[in-house]
Amino acid sequence: MSVLSRPWLWSWLAAAAAFSLTLGLTSGRGAGELGYAALSFGAFAAIVGLGQMLVITLGPGNVDLSIPATMTLAATLALKAMGSDPGTAFLGLVIALAVGFGTGVANYALIFLLRLPPIIATLAASLIYQSLAIWSNRGLRIKPPSGLADFATGRFLGLPNVAWVGLALAILVWIVLERSVWGRWLLATGQNLRVARLAGVPVELVRASTYISVAVFASLAGYLLASFSGGAALNMGQEYLLMSIAVVVIGGSSIAGGNSNVPGVWGAALFMFLVVSMLNSYGAGAGVRNVLTGTIIIAIVIAASSRRART
Amino acid sequence: MTFLARHRIILPVVSLAVLLAATFYMQPRAMSYFGLNLLFNLAVPIALATIAQMMIIMVNDIDLSLGAFVSLAACVTATFLNDAPMLGLLILLALVLSYAVLGAVIHALELPAIVVTLGMSFVWGGIALFILPSPGGAAPGWLRTLMTVKPPFAPMAVVAAVIIAAVTHLLIMRSGIGTVLRGVGGNARSVARAGWSVIRLKALAYGLAGLFGVLAGMALVGLATSADANIALRYTLLSIAGVILGGGEFTGGKVSPTGAVIGAFTLTLAASFLSFMRLSPDWQIGAQGAILILVLTARLIFRQKGSEA
Repeated sequence: MSVLSRPWLWSWLAAAAAFSLTLGLTSGRGAGELGYAALSFGAFAAIVGLGQMLVITLGPGNVDLSIPATMTLAATLALKAMGSDPGTAFLGLVIALAVGFGTGVANYALIFLLRLPPIIATLAASLIYQSLAIWSNRGLRIKPPSGLADFATGRFLGLPNVAWVGLALAILVWIVLERSVWGRWLLATGQNLRVARLAGVPVELVRASTYISVAVFASLAGYLLASFSGGAALNMGQEYLLMSIAVVVIGGSSIAGGNSNVPGVWGAALFMFLVVSMLNSYGAGAGVRNVLTGTIIIAIVIAASSRRART
Repeated sequence: MTFLARHRIILPVVSLAVLLAATFYMQPRAMSYFGLNLLFNLAVPIALATIAQMMIIMVNDIDLSLGAFVSLAACVTATFLNDAPMLGLLILLALVLSYAVLGAVIHALELPAIVVTLGMSFVWGGIALFILPSPGGAAPGWLRTLMTVKPPFAPMAVVAAVIIAAVTHLLIMRSGIGTVLRGVGGNARSVARAGWSVIRLKALAYGLAGLFGVLAGMALVGLATSADANIALRYTLLSIAGVILGGGEFTGGKVSPTGAVIGAFTLTLAASFLSFMRLSPDWQIGAQGAILILVLTARLIFRQKGSEA
């Protein structure tokens, strides 16, 4: 397989193109700052995108629409528990991840016990999570402990800390998908559920662990995002619903499932940030920016699908 | 096949009836011409959007851009259709046509509909922002009159629901072309083998979705009297939930237009019911989710009865 036929190549090429087009305007000034910002903001999209990628890999009809609500609920409860007190960052992390685990279990219970289609199950459940977040938040804006806020906005070896977290997760997911039995089970389930079941794959266990993983990833992203932006807000997860699906598909994973692509998710996450900053720096208004973003997403999907047809 | 499995329409009808009875019990004054109109007024555009979503689900696709599209149609209605009716009509027609083209492109290039419509949601939203950067515009007078008309015997919302359900039932369940369209969702290959052009059928299904999306936008402006670029964003998820509540399935071309209209009305009523219950506003969204889960759980009974036979 040559480099050109790698499915993740397109998202990285697109990100690079957006990066250089933005810099073309400033004739190269501010490259470091732009890259740093892209890595910081891209990290959140990459973390939720990795989770969504696992779910989409499960096959047609599998998608988690509760990601924004899970992010908000995890961040709200974690910040409330920490109450801005120093030294509670770890407690907050545990609470956020526990919330993610809980919502993941609840989502899967709806899908498995009530046989609801995942789209509807996660949609209905997300309404309940949203209510829980509203109820526990009551419009308060609690600041994260200063140590945690410093970590979330800080850097290590010149890269943002959140990007390191996102990178570590990407490597973890890649190893699990490529080298572990669970990863093979997941891909087999996504390619053909019936065949996988007959071949002895514990299909329901795979599905359950996948829905729990995506919720845990979302809760981690929510925890980091709230620490990064100085508090949880009820609409903090909103843009990550479409974003999480977009980065998976632009990243070269098959929407039909059974085929996932970890490096592409990061490329697409960087691209989604860079394309907006590119259009901004060219002075495009909100309307034009949206139209162009949508057109570019569709163009990449068409390019990726025609390339797949040729090979 | 048992009685329940054959008559899938019973579940949505019973859900709506139970919810309606509970609402009347909580608030007897709602049991009047005026009360009913107030309860169901806003269900009319949602019902039209649900029918649009149903057309897409009928051919095994899903439309994540419907909310943005309805918003755009509303913006065009509140600006161009009001100021320059001919131009406005042409733009709305172009929107319907672009949906048909979208369906043909998705089929011809074998693109995943969920992603293409995701991208289109940015495009529609962007155009809507371009037309109406801030909330505003005005409803054309005739549209306002049409949406606030007071027919004898039953309020406008109920009459509109019956008309929408009857027309789409005739079109999708009774007519020849409707049966073929549902066949595309059931087995596209055998429809193609039978001599039909699947690409034209998909374009037709998407075009119908575009038509009902535009109608939803117009109805919404007729009720709200103005528009903004985000006015109907929540319709995307509402319409999907409405189709499933109405007994539709995501695959296999199993849809029910009457059920979809009833599903949309049930969703709208759930929101009103909760405000009658004096539930704390914090919990209203969550309780809506709980009602949705509850009604869908009832589907289990149908599913199991169906598989036993």
